[in-house]
Amino acid sequence: MNSSWNYIIRRILYLIPVLLGVCFLIFILFNVVAGDPVYLLLGKHASVEQAAELREQLGLNKPLFMQYLDVVKSAFTFDFGRSWSTKQEISSMMIQGAIPSLTLTIPAFVISTILSVLFAILVAFYRGKGIDLFIRVTCICMMSISVLVYILVFQNYLAYEFGLFEISGYEYGFPDFVPYVILPIIIWVVLTLGPDIRFYRTMILDEIYQDYVRTARAKGLNEKKVMLKHVLRNAMIPIVTYTVVQLPFLLLGSLLLESFFSIPGLGGMTITALNSSDFPVLKAMTILSAIGIAVFTLIQDILYTVVDPRVKLQ
Amino acid sequence: MSLLSIQNLTVEFSTPDGVVRAVNNLSFDIQPGQTVGLVGESGSGKSVTSLAAMRLIPNPPGKITSGKILFEGEDLVQASEARMREIRGNDIAMIFQEPMTSLNPVFTVGNQICETLMLHKSMNKKEAWARAIELLDQVGIPDPQRSIAKYPHEMSGGQKQRVMIAMAIACEPKLLICDEPTTALDVTIQKQVLELMFDLQKKYNMGMLFITHDLGVIADIADDVVVMYRSNLVEQSTTKNIFTEAKHPYTKGLLACRPALDKNPERLLTVSDFMDDDGNEIKVNEERTKKVDKVYKVDKEKNPVLLEVNNLRVQFPIKGGIFGRTVDHFVAVNDVSFKLRKGMTLGLVGESGCGKTTLGRSLLRLIEPAAGQVIYDGIEITKLDKKQMRAMRSKIQIIFQDPYSSLNPRMTVGEILMEPMNLHNIGANKAERVEKAKWLMNKVGLLESQLSRYPHEFSGGQRQRISIARALAVNPEFIICDESVSALDVSVQAQVLNLLLDLQEEFGLTYIFISHDLSVVNFISDEVAVMNQGKFVEVDKANEVYLKPKEEYTKRLLSAIPKGIPKELLAEQA
Repeated sequence: MNSSWNYIIRRILYLIPVLLGVCFLIFILFNVVAGDPVYLLLGKHASVEQAAELREQLGLNKPLFMQYLDVVKSAFTFDFGRSWSTKQEISSMMIQGAIPSLTLTIPAFVISTILSVLFAILVAFYRGKGIDLFIRVTCICMMSISVLVYILVFQNYLAYEFGLFEISGYEYGFPDFVPYVILPIIIWVVLTLGPDIRFYRTMILDEIYQDYVRTARAKGLNEKKVMLKHVLRNAMIPIVTYTVVQLPFLLLGSLLLESFFSIPGLGGMTITALNSSDFPVLKAMTILSAIGIAVFTLIQDILYTVVDPRVKLQ
Repeated sequence: MSLLSIQNLTVEFSTPDGVVRAVNNLSFDIQPGQTVGLVGESGSGKSVTSLAAMRLIPNPPGKITSGKILFEGEDLVQASEARMREIRGNDIAMIFQEPMTSLNPVFTVGNQICETLMLHKSMNKKEAWARAIELLDQVGIPDPQRSIAKYPHEMSGGQKQRVMIAMAIACEPKLLICDEPTTALDVTIQKQVLELMFDLQKKYNMGMLFITHDLGVIADIADDVVVMYRSNLVEQSTTKNIFTEAKHPYTKGLLACRPALDKNPERLLTVSDFMDDDGNEIKVNEERTKKVDKVYKVDKEKNPVLLEVNNLRVQFPIKGGIFGRTVDHFVAVNDVSFKLRKGMTLGLVGESGCGKTTLGRSLLRLIEPAAGQVIYDGIEITKLDKKQMRAMRSKIQIIFQDPYSSLNPRMTVGEILMEPMNLHNIGANKAERVEKAKWLMNKVGLLESQLSRYPHEFSGGQRQRISIARALAVNPEFIICDESVSALDVSVQAQVLNLLLDLQEEFGLTYIFISHDLSVVNFISDEVAVMNQGKFVEVDKANEVYLKPKEEYTKRLLSAIPKGIPKELLAEQA
């Protein structure tokens, strides 16, 4: 146990150099390569005085090293300043945006993971039989259809014609947001089900041919018990790995679905910031994703020791 | 009534190349309390037979197409799946070859033993747990109260196999099927496990089907022997008869190809000395069987020293603390010194984990030694820089254990052989290299036309020949064989050993031969070093070590080797 804590503390400390590195890349991209953003903000006809004043305000007249320190400071204090286009505090914008994003991505992710694991168990159990073939073919078909088709067809029929859900938009507060997120959630699930079922099926089938499964059968266990206890518990190891690496991306929202459904989440915010060259927002999102990935990789390693007793954190 | 009566059993597998008959019209009986040994090489159908008795043949592709498997008079071929589940683990239990992979890695051993008890004996969790502790105690697991909560990876190979045995005998089955239960174990552990199984069999009066490719083990344990060759039963008799008056040429070949400690033939006989490819008996060339004192010929003793190792130490760091600093070292090779003369073979024996493989690799600096000298032909290898070391590697080659994983599956044999030649600039141009590759194929007994094939198209023995050819491709003077024949069937093993000796004679090669199999090492080596816990326990001429061992540890190792003589014969001799 002691060595696991050492490991976790070590990994948390490693976050510091990782963040410094990410800050350096951001600094190179936005402060060095991107050039002077002043005329972008003021328009071509701004006077030299106005430009100088704005540079002063944004801290762009400082020496480069000081500018790097500003980036580092913002990463560690989570104070990213104000957006250039909306003039709002970026940290409060991020909190505002995180709510719609998470109300969309978390339920979508949970539903799609549960469904695909269940279907994968089903097809692995009936491997080679009709139902296996049917579900696999269905998966391929679902994967082959473009996401735009799903969005347009579902928006048109389910939302517009039958009026089951809202076509687009968002409202804060439970349960007001529910009708707005159901459709994007359905589309998310439909999109991920195909590849996920196929992936999990492979993971489960990898285990089915292991020697210990033969031992379990030789004990007289029935197929259901063999499958649900012996096989699944081992197949969970790669499945957990695969799902946890996706978690940081939930936080960042869904770029595509949010913009199509006009959901004011982090994904939509990132796209708007990209279009309007809103550097501080982009910097903040990049830092957020770096932290998210680093933290969830650590969580993944810790979860590993839970699902696989052979793994020790050292 | 027989406990198990297999009658005209035929099992077929459908493959993309058509139907393959894995077991053909096989019949034999096992009585209560009797042990029947089932012998044959890989692919002969012996494992399929054992799985058929449990109705565990993967279907598809396998299928029992005809015959009966009568267990106490009940035909298991016709039994329902539900009935089979009652029998499995309860009346018929099975122990498998690989204790490493046959236990589920994510459950404790207690959990896995209890599963059987709760299923068949309708015990509750608590009762089953208590019984499991008793069972672990019975199979000789130390501190069963604590060991029961361990995961398989926290146990040694021998202990895992004991857990498998505990699991198998949990419901006191009437028939125990053992599929190569000791093949993956060290010789000392093998002896303990065999003794344990023998005792348990007596205690519970179990019938036992014991499957192995090693006739030495059979002699120790079986009452009757069934010999299978290419899906067919070729001979069936009492163990004593098999060992004294084997009739089928394949059985004779099997008996002859295992190196024995008391004989020192120039070359080993193989099955092909007794039988042609169609299974017809051929006359054995007596010349090859005669005993010779090949070991330590006087002229070799005058050869110059090729390899000198002084106080070699290899260690692995143990990490600790928040920043993973090295807090301690595990010493794998501890202060080892020896000299090896040109043209000679040094055998390196010891149990798993004794450091023999690490020593072999550190000589090539595949693992960096921490201290000591390795002097090869006057050059101190341990001081060479990367570039010089690379040049040196063409002189010293290594052949690994597993011919399956040490050949790149995406390269043809030709590419595999020519890659090291390219690397070390051997041969002036491609044509010359191709010529050399052809020549190598001939030398190791393969065909030139096979150069364009891929490794998976070859059998295990052929693949090991390819590994040998690859090692020879760079004209080495010195070859380290790291368990190079351990994964092979005894008959194939004999062929490969003969090949290694032929090549040594022809090219004056020097070998270090690492193996846990003491008989094999005795056969091939001039000198033998016995290793334990990273140190050399005893180094001497092979026949000195084997016939007059000085150290307690060596004596223990040697006494664990299966004698290969049936009990009755031993009794008669006494």
